[in-house]
Amino acid sequence: MALIFKDETFRDDFTYKNSPATIRRFPFPFIEDQYRYSVNIEPHTPGPKGSVYEFTFDIDEHYVSEMRDRAMVLQEDPGRCQALPHMMTAQWDMLELVMVSLARDYPDLFTLHRDGAHWHWINKPLNIDQKFTFGEVNSLPYEPMEYVGRQIQGDFSLQDQRDGQLWMDAGIITSQADWSLDFDVGMNFFEWHAPVPLAHEAGVFERALKFLLNMQIGQPVRRLNWTMTINPRLDTSPENYPKWGKDRTTVTPENVGEKVHLRVELQGLFRLPRSNAILFSIRGYLMSLEQIVTVPKWGRRLPRVLKSLPPELIEYKGLARYRQTAIDWLEKYDDGAPTSPGGGPD
Amino acid sequence: MTISTIKSRPIYPGLSPDLNARSNIIVCDKAGAAAVTELFSRADATFAKRSTVFIADALQETEAATARKDLAPATLEILPSLSAGIVRLREFLDNAPMGLRLYAAGTEPLIGSVVQAAADYGIDHLSIRTEHRGSLMRRVQCVHCKGFTENVTTNPVTCSHCGLTLFVRDHYSRRLAAFQGVCIDAENPGDVPPMEAIYQ
Repeated sequence: MALIFKDETFRDDFTYKNSPATIRRFPFPFIEDQYRYSVNIEPHTPGPKGSVYEFTFDIDEHYVSEMRDRAMVLQEDPGRCQALPHMMTAQWDMLELVMVSLARDYPDLFTLHRDGAHWHWINKPLNIDQKFTFGEVNSLPYEPMEYVGRQIQGDFSLQDQRDGQLWMDAGIITSQADWSLDFDVGMNFFEWHAPVPLAHEAGVFERALKFLLNMQIGQPVRRLNWTMTINPRLDTSPENYPKWGKDRTTVTPENVGEKVHLRVELQGLFRLPRSNAILFSIRGYLMSLEQIVTVPKWGRRLPRVLKSLPPELIEYKGLARYRQTAIDWLEKYDDGAPTSPGGGPD
Repeated sequence: MTISTIKSRPIYPGLSPDLNARSNIIVCDKAGAAAVTELFSRADATFAKRSTVFIADALQETEAATARKDLAPATLEILPSLSAGIVRLREFLDNAPMGLRLYAAGTEPLIGSVVQAAADYGIDHLSIRTEHRGSLMRRVQCVHCKGFTENVTTNPVTCSHCGLTLFVRDHYSRRLAAFQGVCIDAENPGDVPPMEAIYQ
C-alpha cells in the first residue's frame, strides 16, 4: 500500500489524526491489564507486514509533517541537536544505517547510490537530492547526524562506550517526553536516567546497561515505553514546559477523549560498526483516547492499566491532574470482559 | 554534608592524600581550607611541600594570615573569587607536569567548577579528590532560558536571567556544573509555593 502523507500540525491548531489503518498498527504498549515496570527488551527482528516492526525504521503517514515540525523546533532552539567532538565517526555510522535501511525498505520513497565514498541520496517525499562524500563533513549542509536526523521520524541519541559505561555524547531530540538533551549530553547511563523513579532500586538500569554493553553489530533490539500527552504535541520538552504545561489543566469530561493522547515510544538500539557506539532511536506514536477505544480490547484494557499505576509513576509521567478524568471516560468502554494476552488488537 | 538522592548527583568522598603523586594542586574556598589543613595533617610534611593550594574566595587579611600559617609549607595563592580561581587553575593546568593530583574542597559550585575545568584537560572526574564543606548553595541552570543563577540558597528560586520561578531539581550536570531549574508554575501560572531557604 502506497503511503499518503498527511498535511497536519502538532502545535497551535493541532490537526494531527491517525487514519483508520494507522490506528490498527499503533504499538499499544500494554500486554496485560495491569502496569508492571520491566526492561522488556526483545530482538528487533522484522515483524508482520504492515506493522510498525516490519522494517528497521518505521515511516508512516505523518512523516512529512513530523519533519516539518522538527525543522521548526531546530530553528527556534538549535541546542536540541548536539554532538560532542569525538562523536563524528558515530554520526557517519548513523547516517549510513539510516540511509541504507530506508533505501532498502522503502525503495519507492528513498534511493541511495554508492560508488566508494561518493554517495547519492534521493528523498522523494521531502524533495531532497544530495550528492556527497561519505566521511567528509563539508560535503553535506549539516553534520551527518543532523542531516539524516532531519529526514527520519523519531528522536535519536548516540552513546559512546568507554570505561564500562555508555555516554550520551550526541543527539537530535525535538519530540521528547520532558527531558533535556542540552542538560543531559555527556552523562552516563545511570546519570541521564537519574530522575526516573523506582527503577534504580529495582536494579533495572544495572541489568539494562550490562545487556547493552554487550550488544553486537547486526543484532539490534527494541522495547516500548509510554507516557501521556495533552494534545498531539510532539515538542513536550522541558525547555518549552511553560508553553505546554498549562494544557494539563484544560482536560474536562467533555474533551478528554479528544485531548488526552497515549504517547508510545518504539525504542530501538543498534551497535554501530566503526565507532562501536550505540544508536538509540525513539520513535514516537500519538493516539487520542477516542481513537484508542475504536479497538475494543484497548478500550477495556487502558482504564484497568491506568488504575494500577504506582503513585511515583503518576507523578513522574505528569498524569496526576487528568488521570481520573481519563479513567472515568474510558470506563464506559470497559464491559468487564477478559482481554487476550499481548498488546495487538483482536 | 550533602546527601545524595539521585544518580546524577556527584558524591564527594572527602580528601585523602595521594602519596604517589609528584605534585598536588588543591582548589578550595574559605570553608574548604579547613579540610585542606586536615588533609595535610593526615600525610607527612613532604606532602604539603609538594602541594600548591589556590584559595578562591574573598579573605580578610587576618584570615589570609591564618591560612598561610595553617597551610605552610605548601605553596599558597589567594584568588579573590571562584571565577578568578578557575582562571588560575586553567593557567596552571596549561603547563601541568605528569604525576599531578587534583583536589577540590568547598561548596558544590566550587567543586563542580573545578571538575568542569579539569575535564577540558582530560582529567577524569573520578580521579579528582573532593570534599564538600560550607554552604549548601547551588549553581542552577534555567532549562528554559539556559541562564545560570549563582549561589542559590532557596527552593524555588527566581531565575536571574528570565525571571521565571524555578523549582531546583536534584538532577545535576557535570558538563554544566549546575543543577536543573524548571518553571514551578507552568501548569498553573501564579501558583508558587513559598521560597524555603533549604540550601543555606
